[in-house]
Amino acid sequence: MNPAGLVISTGETVLFWVIAPLMVLAALGLLFVKRAVHAAMCLVFVMVSMAVLYIAQEAPFLGVVQVVVYTGAVMMLFLFVLMLVGVDASDSLTETIRGQRWIGLLIGLGLAVVLGSVVARAAFPPAVGLNGGDPGGVANPQALARVLFGDYVVAMEAVGVLLVTAAVGALVLTHRRRLTPKQNQRSVADARIKALPDGVVLTPLPSPGVYARSNAMDTPALGPDGEQVPQSVSRVLRIRGQERPAPHVPADELVHTPESERDA
Amino acid sequence: MDITNYVVLAAALFAIGATTVLLRRNAIVVFMGVELMLNATNLAFVTFARLHGDLTGQVLAFFVMVVAAAEVVVGLAIIVTIFRTRRSASVDDVNLLKG
Amino acid sequence: MNDVIGLAPWLIGFPLIGAAILLLGGKATDRWGHWLGVLASAASGVVGFILMFRMIGTPAEERSIDHHLWTWLSAGGLDVDLGIRLDPLSLTFVMLVTFVGTLIHVYSVAYMDHDPHRRRFFAYLNLFVAAMLTLVLADSYLLLFVGWEGVGLASYLLIGFWDTGRPSARENAVAAKKAFVMNRIGDMGLIAAMALMFSAVGSVRFADVLPAVAGDGTGPASALISTGTATAIGLCLLLAACGKSAQFPLQAWLGDAMAGPTPVSALIHAATMVTAGVYLMVRSGPILEAAPTAQLVVVIVGAVTLLFGAVVGTAKDDIKKALAASTMSQIGYMMLAAGLGPAGYAFAIFHLLTHGFFKAGLFLGAGSVMHAMSDQTDMRRFGGLSRFLPITWITMGLGWLAILGIPPFSGFWSKDGIIEAAFIPVEGQPWRAWVFGTVAVLGAAITAFYMTRLFFMTFGGRRPRWTEGQHPHEGSPLMWWPLVFLGVGSAALGAVLGIGGTFTTWLEPVVGQAEHHEPVLPVPVIITVTLVVVVLGALLAFRMYAVQLVPEEAPRGSVLTRAARRDLYQDAANETLVVLPAHGVARLVQVGDRDVVDRGWGVLPQAVSWFGAVFRKAQSGYVRSYAAGMAGGVLVIAAVAWLVVGLGGAQ
Repeated sequence: MNPAGLVISTGETVLFWVIAPLMVLAALGLLFVKRAVHAAMCLVFVMVSMAVLYIAQEAPFLGVVQVVVYTGAVMMLFLFVLMLVGVDASDSLTETIRGQRWIGLLIGLGLAVVLGSVVARAAFPPAVGLNGGDPGGVANPQALARVLFGDYVVAMEAVGVLLVTAAVGALVLTHRRRLTPKQNQRSVADARIKALPDGVVLTPLPSPGVYARSNAMDTPALGPDGEQVPQSVSRVLRIRGQERPAPHVPADELVHTPESERDA
Repeated sequence: MDITNYVVLAAALFAIGATTVLLRRNAIVVFMGVELMLNATNLAFVTFARLHGDLTGQVLAFFVMVVAAAEVVVGLAIIVTIFRTRRSASVDDVNLLKG
Repeated sequence: MNDVIGLAPWLIGFPLIGAAILLLGGKATDRWGHWLGVLASAASGVVGFILMFRMIGTPAEERSIDHHLWTWLSAGGLDVDLGIRLDPLSLTFVMLVTFVGTLIHVYSVAYMDHDPHRRRFFAYLNLFVAAMLTLVLADSYLLLFVGWEGVGLASYLLIGFWDTGRPSARENAVAAKKAFVMNRIGDMGLIAAMALMFSAVGSVRFADVLPAVAGDGTGPASALISTGTATAIGLCLLLAACGKSAQFPLQAWLGDAMAGPTPVSALIHAATMVTAGVYLMVRSGPILEAAPTAQLVVVIVGAVTLLFGAVVGTAKDDIKKALAASTMSQIGYMMLAAGLGPAGYAFAIFHLLTHGFFKAGLFLGAGSVMHAMSDQTDMRRFGGLSRFLPITWITMGLGWLAILGIPPFSGFWSKDGIIEAAFIPVEGQPWRAWVFGTVAVLGAAITAFYMTRLFFMTFGGRRPRWTEGQHPHEGSPLMWWPLVFLGVGSAALGAVLGIGGTFTTWLEPVVGQAEHHEPVLPVPVIITVTLVVVVLGALLAFRMYAVQLVPEEAPRGSVLTRAARRDLYQDAANETLVVLPAHGVARLVQVGDRDVVDRGWGVLPQAVSWFGAVFRKAQSGYVRSYAAGMAGGVLVIAAVAWLVVGLGGAQ
């Protein structure tokens, strides 16, 4: 122990005053950004900064764990889930529960004020420090391991069980039971044959029209009778009303068409 | 600089995390708020470990991290399941417990 | 005597076992069950005969025997033995119940021949006989009460015997319930009387209670029971007797009880059970003697019922209801006699005995007529039956003469004794002899009228008023032999027992020797006057119902006739005086319970519900609201901790 107490270096002071406001800003971002992905990025920044602060505070092991576990694993998990749920699902910030915004703000401010003033008014003993400069000091990972696997070995084991349980629990929760038989090529083919009377065609639908002047998905093909074939245009385009009419067919191209069918 | 600045920072982050939990409706963001609160307490643990020259604070912070990891796994699994059935990640849509 | 006393329990035992076998044996006993019933009753009768003949052979002062069987219950200061009291009074009843009972059993074998539930009927009859014998043989009021309730139960079961649950049988169910409920009122009197006895004497045994009233002979002061208590006990006992014996004001059930099978009406509601009240009065004679007020009330009740029943009887067209009214009236005579003190007890019991015979005969005769007329009971649809039912005609004729009190038929000997006793002056109250004597004579006249009316409406007249398809015929010998026995009894029993005071002497060990008092009128004058009014009444009825034609539909009649047809509005009176106030009280209680008590307590759940409704709003289902609640709670706790502890610690 250093009887003279802890002396915080100038470098650390500078580091703190640079990082702390940024952390607060990023944390506030969590509160104000619209998209969940941006919130996740803010949180990643906060956590990485937190790792830096840990290292500065003579906790190198925790700093590394913070980066690996939180930033590396937890936040990645968050991002995966965000992808599952929909990355661009932006969050409406209008409040639906009456008074919840004011209550929330009041409680948040209240917490900040109460906690801050407690810290400010409490009388702390002089800081001791963990002998960060001494390689044999208590701050190194070996010392931490000694405490962890000495005094807290039972808790360590219990936490191990907890992790396994959580993993299994997550598996169970996300497991989806198959309610219908799995579809394979044969069953799909059978279904289509069965649907024949309903007007389903087995053959591929006609491809859209290909013309010299217009060559696009949105123009229907012309049938042998010179009429447009609606099925040749993608259903989505038809529903959206984005299909374009086929270009006019010159009359002389229809010379072989019987007279009676020309105007049909 | 006084070491208690770290604690004040932790308090501020905690308050912001709590407010996030209360105000955001996207379950994932709410969950992030919870993580932020946990991190804030971890910072306080580490700071007090340094203040008192006692490694127990760091050990506790370590345990918090591990438990938080487990919690995130289960919590996100729940969110995914809910999203699957209700097509929504908003916590306000999950109000089956309405009295 | 002591060598045969061991037989006494079998008096009750035979019919009880019979009832048990018939009830528990079920359908297996259907084929021979009725004969078992007859046998049980007859066996009991044989035992009774043996005991009676042995008793006649013993000296008069040894004729009261308490036969202890075992201790029934012993609770604190109350010890009740199960014991049998054999004395001339109880043996008289035993003979009446078993003899008439056996005859009616035999009669029922034929009468109930076509009933699918004949075995059950006999089980109930046996049960009744056992209960009635328990009642009269008991040596304590408590055991008497057991029999009392037993006969009430049997009566209830038998009145409702034809209650099949169908709406058409509703009358039976209602009648049974009515009888049961009205009897309960009387039972309350008996229970109250027992409670009073227990508080005053500490015992309910006859052997303890009755001497305690009389004292040791040194004067009223030596009695354990004061006059006031004796009056209270006497009135309570009277209430009990009124319920069981259908005396005013609890008389309303008897007429409806005729809904039961006719043998039941003959046995229970004419000959035996309804006379239990008279038995109770005579048995409790010493108590009444110690309470002149109660005695007076007994006489008044008897006199009122006597006239009441007689008046009702004149207007009834239903043969059984007319006979029921007559029963009520005759028991009124007995009650009147029982209230007259030792001079009347013997005649009360005597009349009870003769009445048991002739009324049972009349009822069985009525049953025979109904049997012949396809269950028709309306006398306006009878007439001219004497040619078709000669045996019934003759036996009912004997009963008719007996109830009229024409000498030498049995009614004369007993009823005349009562009328004479009614005329005996009471010290200090000279009006009593005149009033009650006149009532008794008047009752005899009305009795003559309605019985003659009944008799001639049924058998007289040359022009039958039958409904179509009637072929009256005499029933089987099983039915008419009991009629013959009862007819002979009606004719001769009174003379056999009455001439020379045989019966009075026989009862003396129980009721005490009556000091001889002269009536206010000379005895021959009383007899003559009574006979004259009886003959006048009978002649009037003969003129109206035998000489003149009887209309098939009842004429409207005078106000009194219409009132009498409706039992002098007894049901309306009960409805107005008892049922409606009771309904009112019940409704008041109901409303009070619902609107005051319930609503008062309802405030509590309403408050809970209100709080629930308020706090329910907190359960919005929004997890963020809950989180806000938690966070707010944490904030408050932190703030409080800071203010309380932090400020202190910062100093």
